Amino acid sequence: MRLLHRKQFPTSKDISGCAISGMMSETGTPMSGEAIIRSIANMHDRSNGLGGGFAAYGIYPEMRDRYALHVMYDAMDDKQETERIISRWCTVYGDETIPTRPSALVRHRPILHRYFVNIKPEVMERFCDETEDDAIVDLVMTINADVQGGFVFSSGKNMGVFKGVGFPEDIGEFYRLDEYQAYIWTSHGRFPTNTTGWWGGAHPFSLLDWSVVHNGEISSYGINKRYLDNFGYKCTLHTDTEVIAYLFDLLVRKHRLPFEAACMAMAPPFWPQLERLPEVRRELARTLRIVYGGALLNGPFSVLVGHAGGMVGFNDRTKLRPMVGARKGDMVYMASEEGAIREVCNDPEVVWHAAGGVPIMAHLKEPEKVIGPEATARLKAHSCRLPAGAWQEAPRAGRAAASVQ
Amino acid sequence: MSKRLVQAEFNVERDPERCIQCQVCVRQCSNQVHAYDAESDQVTCDEASCVGCQRCATLCPTNALTIKKAPPEFAPDNNWTSDVIQNIYRQAETGGVLLSAMGNDTAKVSWWDNILLNASQVTNPSIDPLREPMELTTFLGAKPNAVELNFDDQGGPSLATKLAPQLVLSTPIMFSAMSYGAISYNAFESLARAAGQYGTFANSGEGGLHKDFWPHGPNMIVQVASGRFGVDIDYLKVAAAVEIKIGQGAKPGIGGHLPGEKVDERISQTRMIPVGSDAISPAPHHDIYSIEDLRQLIYSLKEATRYQKPISVKIAAVHNVAAIASGIVRAGADIVAIDGYKGGTGAAPTMIRNNVGIPIEFALAAVDDRLRQEGIRNQASVVACGGFRSSADVVKAIALGADAVYIGTAALVALGCHLCQKCYTGKCNWGIATQDPYLTRRLNPEIGARRLVNLLRGWSHEIKEMMGGMGINAIESLRGNREHLRGVGLSDRELSILGIKAAGE
Repeated sequence: MRLLHRKQFPTSKDISGCAISGMMSETGTPMSGEAIIRSIANMHDRSNGLGGGFAAYGIYPEMRDRYALHVMYDAMDDKQETERIISRWCTVYGDETIPTRPSALVRHRPILHRYFVNIKPEVMERFCDETEDDAIVDLVMTINADVQGGFVFSSGKNMGVFKGVGFPEDIGEFYRLDEYQAYIWTSHGRFPTNTTGWWGGAHPFSLLDWSVVHNGEISSYGINKRYLDNFGYKCTLHTDTEVIAYLFDLLVRKHRLPFEAACMAMAPPFWPQLERLPEVRRELARTLRIVYGGALLNGPFSVLVGHAGGMVGFNDRTKLRPMVGARKGDMVYMASEEGAIREVCNDPEVVWHAAGGVPIMAHLKEPEKVIGPEATARLKAHSCRLPAGAWQEAPRAGRAAASVQ
Repeated sequence: MSKRLVQAEFNVERDPERCIQCQVCVRQCSNQVHAYDAESDQVTCDEASCVGCQRCATLCPTNALTIKKAPPEFAPDNNWTSDVIQNIYRQAETGGVLLSAMGNDTAKVSWWDNILLNASQVTNPSIDPLREPMELTTFLGAKPNAVELNFDDQGGPSLATKLAPQLVLSTPIMFSAMSYGAISYNAFESLARAAGQYGTFANSGEGGLHKDFWPHGPNMIVQVASGRFGVDIDYLKVAAAVEIKIGQGAKPGIGGHLPGEKVDERISQTRMIPVGSDAISPAPHHDIYSIEDLRQLIYSLKEATRYQKPISVKIAAVHNVAAIASGIVRAGADIVAIDGYKGGTGAAPTMIRNNVGIPIEFALAAVDDRLRQEGIRNQASVVACGGFRSSADVVKAIALGADAVYIGTAALVALGCHLCQKCYTGKCNWGIATQDPYLTRRLNPEIGARRLVNLLRGWSHEIKEMMGGMGINAIESLRGNREHLRGVGLSDRELSILGIKAAGE
């Protein structure tokens, strides 16, 4: 029998339809994973049991300034090989088996282990102006490319991804997510149409603090991949989702674009819409579109991107995939279907359908209090946040989004 | 004089039942195939002079004429074909170089036909361009790696990046370089007008820009070639962009020659040479013997145009085209135009046209790959040219990595060219590749422009349909998107150079 956790990098682009749901407390109030499991379970029919997963932020407060590597192994040999690499690169502050609850509904599990690490100072000397984050990216890519039966599926700080083959609610139970406390949860139920599921191929796809859950197919994948190649990103997983994660990393972390501008680059207004912007914005939007043509995501998608400071939801510019937003108090919800939100939030103050291409954003209001000074400094270095009202969107088709700044 | 060994290549069949001796054919044929004998009240013909341009057959009011290819029936031989034998006869007669015009006409020249396009089914909805926006707007010019923003002002971020000059095209198709001299005044005007009407660009070629055409400047790319014909500051100022012509796909490595008999008063003004003198473009630019020399010319032109116009460099697709293109981008070009070996010409030695250079398909794929590997793809736009026959060829080229294409032959065909490949004789019966006022009058620039605009519109519609089928609604998502291409009947090596998968993969 084929092991479903064995690395199965698809040879062609992975196509899948899906369910996504996310929730965030902007004040950073911890929530257990029980609610997000209920929310994603509400959309059971949008997945087919070939993949489910979750990302949670704020779950490792005692280790919040270490990178948490979640790794899946086929066999103990792979674990030893991977650990040799990790110990060469990193100081390991702790490691343990990822706790799981045996379940009849989740079969063929890999060995799941996590490590809390920092890159050793002497390893950093090998790099030029790269940061520790860049070194972690290098480490993750090295293990994933070189170790036959080892796969790092989460590598951020104070966050973690939990995913596997099965329905998302069963995967959530399996990982005992009700025992974790997070201020952001995102989740995904997968309906792949051209690959059998493997544990690593489930969503979220994650690199550093970025986690991406995604519903849809990117018809521009071929050029997005080659565009990223121009900047040194190697897309090996053949998934659209990987491309989206790297684009966020490039545009937001490396090019220092605010999320609004990054989303505009990836889902730009049509030229006539763009022409209707006030002049100063028009020039900006036009330049973004001209320069980031290779980053334009075409085809139907809705996507939720989690990061240490918040959550961004956006969909394609013609809105060919569903995305609903809702708010209640300090809580922000985004999901494929409104029912998934109402399942966990009785009477939201506002519910709206996201306009095509216009991001819905949720931010930690006081990140220092929630994630600490070191992580806040890193957050500021990673992403640039605009003050409320500082961004004017292009007039888009569809219902205007209620302002969620 | 003994009879020639070279035999007629066409049969002229005249149906005596239909012929009314109106003599339209006599007046139309500049090759003097038809003649009227008043005594017998008969139109006769000399088939040996027929080039097969179909002008007489098209205009014959009673459809009495049929022009048929009549390859001389030598003993059957797959190696020593009639073309080969006839060519040797010709050279044995004259001791000259065999001349050809238009693009390579040999049997295996197009790889576009081995590449197939994708369409969406179920998992990704196809888009109907008649109902939904479908964007072809294309920007040619250097793009920075990243957009930088200023955050200091109150009203939100403002732009810190200043974009290099860009050409804005409403469709990713431009008209190739065809000089006034090679083509007629009216043909040139048709192209310039059509470019303006459709929101794209025509290329002046290397023969200068007559003052009459200066109003078309905003839609003209002007060339600076090795002959420097017609180049002065006004020429550079009036244009939208300047192109340094290094080479041409039909004749890589050799120069050009406009015979003195074509240099009339108007062409002499345009080219800035005396009436009746030969206009000779040397094979190399005599001030460019290296990539650093090219850089000097690029920057001289940028200085002269105050950095307000994109500078393009056009090269023929030759064996190490990728490395050359990389050098050109690093030398500061905003646009690199690559002309493949199917590219047309007004005159080229046949052996060079048919045997030198490489197909645009491979050249384009190699250049796009190389520029991406070096992380400099965004520093210049890539324009492909050389034998684009249809919108499908254009879509495939863009998916392989071109920002836009130049069309030359297709544009001339839209103007009435019948591809008789005799441009160099100056006797074009369609009024396109001639300076004889009796012939050039046959092309009305207003009608010509309308036909060209129709062609651009038709192709653009088809491009939109093909993009919509792929689930793509912006041309930038098609550009370089080789996932939407599959090869049939190609070797592994060809597939790997093209960077595409085989059908079924």
